[in-house]
Amino acid sequence: MSTLEIKDLHVQVTTEDGPKEILKGVTLTINDGETHAIMGPNGSGKSTLAYSIAGHPRYEITSGSVLLDGEDVLEMSVDERARAGLFLAMQYPVEVPGVSVANFLRTAKTAIDGEAPKLRTWVKDVNGVMERMNLDASFSQRSVNEGFSGGEKKRHEIAQLDLLDPKVAILDETDSGLDIDALKVVSEGVNRFRERDGKGVLLITHYTRILRYIQPDFVHVFVDGRVADEGGPELADELEANGYEKYTKAAV
Amino acid sequence: MTAVAEALENATDRVESHLNPPASYDLADHPVPTGREEVWRFTPLKRLRGILDGEASDAHLKWDTTLPVGVTLTEITAEQARELELPPNERPAALSAELSGGAILLDVPAETVVAEPVVLRLTGSSVDDLVWGRVLYRVGAHAEVTLVLVHEGSARYSAIQTFLVGDGAQVNVLTLQDWDDDAVHLGRDAIRVGRDASVKHTSISFGGDLVRMHANVEYAGPGGEAELLGLYFADEGQHLEHRLFADHNAPKTKSHVVYKGALQGEKAHTVWIGNVLIRKVAEGIETYEENRNLVLTDGCQADSVPNLEIETGEIEGAGHASATARFDDEQLFYLRSRGVSEKEAQRLVVHGFFNDLIRKVGIPSIEEKLLETVEAELAKNVLKELV
Repeated sequence: MSTLEIKDLHVQVTTEDGPKEILKGVTLTINDGETHAIMGPNGSGKSTLAYSIAGHPRYEITSGSVLLDGEDVLEMSVDERARAGLFLAMQYPVEVPGVSVANFLRTAKTAIDGEAPKLRTWVKDVNGVMERMNLDASFSQRSVNEGFSGGEKKRHEIAQLDLLDPKVAILDETDSGLDIDALKVVSEGVNRFRERDGKGVLLITHYTRILRYIQPDFVHVFVDGRVADEGGPELADELEANGYEKYTKAAV
Repeated sequence: MTAVAEALENATDRVESHLNPPASYDLADHPVPTGREEVWRFTPLKRLRGILDGEASDAHLKWDTTLPVGVTLTEITAEQARELELPPNERPAALSAELSGGAILLDVPAETVVAEPVVLRLTGSSVDDLVWGRVLYRVGAHAEVTLVLVHEGSARYSAIQTFLVGDGAQVNVLTLQDWDDDAVHLGRDAIRVGRDASVKHTSISFGGDLVRMHANVEYAGPGGEAELLGLYFADEGQHLEHRLFADHNAPKTKSHVVYKGALQGEKAHTVWIGNVLIRKVAEGIETYEENRNLVLTDGCQADSVPNLEIETGEIEGAGHASATARFDDEQLFYLRSRGVSEKEAQRLVVHGFFNDLIRKVGIPSIEEKLLETVEAELAKNVLKELV
């Protein structure tokens, strides 16, 4: 089972003008096996939610809670959260010069599982994932994210999702900057993950495009650091037709 | 040509870079520095142990060499050396030319392709020895060779070295400063890149109390390419200084500089000066220089100064980057968000920092040794805490 419960989460960042509250009370529960989409205009706090759950030091949690299967995520360090079963596919994955993808993946897998993967099956698993993500064999020898195209970075994120097999995946604008072919490859990767037992997905996006490939169970509209509306997949269609205007006006 | 036009042309030809004093064999042109000069202001002069006084000495380093077939090593006179070499533009190099008594010339004839690296192992026996060195490397047109120069033991060593790279030749030079803790090394490597030739020069400094190396490059014609790489690791009290000068004096030439360093321990000090001059004639050139320093503990100082002088805008590209920092928080966050512990993430980042440079060296037998040395350096401090 895997349940991610976000309760009344308030988050601030430090700016030159002092602290600024970005999340103003977010409550959201992702139950076993559910996919939730968070949609909202730029600057509404979607990425802040993603990075706050993952534990990025830039974001200060001022109140509220985040529980993964009842465990207090906010008490955990960044790496403990990952080992507990959280995964964040980043919008802007970070370059790590001189560290090969192969070394990185093996180190991460070892950390998550608490033991080194069996060499023979591991190589097969990695090659299989690379092939499905349409990344060629030499990709494993490149430095992590260095010189990757936008599409390669996102496919590499989803390859990690596949191999590290978390309980709950948060995908932060994984669709941004992808052409239609790469979007399909990435979506198929996410869907393969969803087919596994009890996996939760929090899909953060600005556009409805990706939701044609990854069908959410629930859609939340995010405006000004809060959930402004919630519904089923039909809410995405309505947003597609009418945009965010009625929410942003209401928020002013 | 009218007198005025000629005067003007000479004037533009003679524009001297303010970054580098003019070349001269006359010691009077290179007075003993006070430490306030731009080119000396980072160097702790007291720790040079009197080298700049220019005392005569006939002490030598011990040379162990493996010379593949076709490569020759000969002693030449000071006069012969002067005919060939790129003249000194600072005092220690001028003193080396004046006081070395003669020079060593390594020759790789034109068209010769040398498969195995030429290894020159220079060993000093004591820091009491003052050694003046003068070495020339002449690689003929279209020859291909890898030169590895290893400095070990201890000495006060000042050397002027010249690399003359023929048209279309491909040369890979590595100079490793693996001295004992008390050595002092002032080195000047100057490279002239032939037409359409390509040169890689890597300077690696691990040992020594004070090491100050110049790597200068100029071009004998269009189409030459130079890649200048460097790696240094300064421990407690060490001063490691690397000064680069890419003089784009011919069109369509390239220079690419990447130096990476790490510092650990009280008063570990590194200096990187990256000077690039794009002369008026140097249209269509491309240059990029980069210096990155990883500060591993408190109490270290890394100076990093890129300088770019441009006399023509008709170029393909010119850029530089310099960064001195502790661990990059974003890199650590990314790795940790994949379950990797903070210490393990630091290990990955610091190894990656060096691997990235070492795998560019292009000499497999040396790369292995360099990785081991880095590992040993890290073990002194960082890895000890990261176990």
